[in-house]
Amino acid sequence: MAEIKNSQPPLLEARSISKSFGGVQALSDVSLVLRHGEVLGLVGDNGAGKSTLIKCLSGVLAPDQGTILIDGREVQIDSPQRARAYGIETVYQGLALVDTLNVTENLFLNREKTSRIPILGRLGWLDKKGMEKDSLEVLDRLGIQIPSVRRDVVYLSGGQRQSIAIGRAIAWGRHIVFMDEPAAALGVEQAQHVVELIATLSRREVGVIFISHNMRHVLQVCTRVMVLLHGRKVAEVSAAEVSERDLVDLITGARGGNRQ
Amino acid sequence: MNSANVDAGGNSAWRSWLAEFQLQNAIVYLAFFAILLFFSVALRDRGFLTTGNLLNIIRQTAPVTVMAVGMTFTLSAGEIDLSIGSTVALSALVAAILLRDYGFLPGVAGGLMVGLVVGLINGLFTVKVRIPSFLVTLGSLGIVSGMARTLTDLQSVPVRHDAFITIFGGGLVGPLSTLVLWTVLAMVVGHLTLHNLRFGRHVLATGGERKTARYVGINTDRIRIAVLIISAITASLAGLLYAGRLAGARYTLGEADLLTVIAAVIIGGTSLFGGRGSAIGAVVGSIIMGMLNNGLILMGLDVAEQMIARGVIIILAVALSLREPQST
Repeated sequence: MAEIKNSQPPLLEARSISKSFGGVQALSDVSLVLRHGEVLGLVGDNGAGKSTLIKCLSGVLAPDQGTILIDGREVQIDSPQRARAYGIETVYQGLALVDTLNVTENLFLNREKTSRIPILGRLGWLDKKGMEKDSLEVLDRLGIQIPSVRRDVVYLSGGQRQSIAIGRAIAWGRHIVFMDEPAAALGVEQAQHVVELIATLSRREVGVIFISHNMRHVLQVCTRVMVLLHGRKVAEVSAAEVSERDLVDLITGARGGNRQ
Repeated sequence: MNSANVDAGGNSAWRSWLAEFQLQNAIVYLAFFAILLFFSVALRDRGFLTTGNLLNIIRQTAPVTVMAVGMTFTLSAGEIDLSIGSTVALSALVAAILLRDYGFLPGVAGGLMVGLVVGLINGLFTVKVRIPSFLVTLGSLGIVSGMARTLTDLQSVPVRHDAFITIFGGGLVGPLSTLVLWTVLAMVVGHLTLHNLRFGRHVLATGGERKTARYVGINTDRIRIAVLIISAITASLAGLLYAGRLAGARYTLGEADLLTVIAAVIIGGTSLFGGRGSAIGAVVGSIIMGMLNNGLILMGLDVAEQMIARGVIIILAVALSLREPQST
């Protein structure tokens, strides 16, 4: 199985990504490979460049240098819309939902199903029943418990809101899902559920990049872990071969990894 | 199946209504019936509660109602349009002049064109030059108002075009005034556009959380320009309705309508901060404003007393409907 996967081009490959803001070098020469069904952990201290890297890969920021390949082909991801067209979804911290819309409306935001009757469809007439039915299915499939899909998300708890944001990424992310600290604001139990959701993604051959400060979560769900320090990649290790302590040492620079 | 999700999402109309029911949305209707009841009792022998008077209220408020529906979109998207009052006057004057000189179609088209142009300019300055719509439209309020004054040197322009007066003013379709039909049309089109079309969904998303809307790929610039065009065009339509009903246009038309329109929209449950809107609520809110006008006059209050009473009632109604939901 491993051999077969390795013989096909990686799902996502980034080569020598660099990005600076004014005089600050946020990322220098960072490369990464993400394979089908793999969960790659991305760890590092605050300001190490994790979020910048994700933003460069998801079309929010334009890297100064570097190339991105999807399934072995070079691509230009110059906007979030373009990223979505490639089947890439991102869960940003705190930026996921529109509070005044309900659960279904958020799940289908800018992906609304419209009526199958041609004239109404052209007008953009919403297929509310269809969307509601699909929302219930998605939430069921992911085991996400919400009082009602008609409830405005402002009335939901932090954990429920984050579940919906992740549910949306999972439902639409056909190939790649980036998660920038998806469990940061959550309680223990809810955070554990998020980690389980990530595991279901990798079973569907989706590639996931998972940013977290929680090393236990990282080791629990990731196959490989990449460590950033001051905008450089300082280590890339197999999750099976390191302990939480090792990762913390790598993050703080107390110990060098397989420096590249 | 996940029973919790399914239960509340059941298909019966009653459940659907219950799930979406929120007290804020109901307050406009409670206020409506409270005010209706109050005037019906207080003015029981002065002809308030007659079909004739009630229809008269709807007819008189039709221009404000149409603008309230337009402003619902603007506020829902997190923008505001202060220039609607002066757009009413300029549209009415342009329409009246073109009607006199060129006939029906040029008159109607020219009047509506005023709104299109004003709205487009408001929108472009808001989005491209990044000036808050509050300030852009404060500026265009002055500019358009000045244009309305110079256009005819403060002279009014009579409208003698029968078809125009029938359609936009005093005409009847069966037993109903065309102004009542315009009110119903604005309500139906506004409601369906805001709540049943993709466009409306994107308006609400843009007003609710613009950054998120942009992240999911909604063209929020286009939405913001569109809502400012909608409020301006409904102001133009209001100008035509005034010109039709009064059989003439004057630079003072619509001058005092801005605050009435905003009060009507807010009482109707639309958020002043974007993200929530109700076109039906705006229409009911507008009729509430009309009832207040009518009722206070019939009660024999003088102008100063009317202003005070109206102010107090508006503050009360807005205070009740403005309370934002508590997030958990």
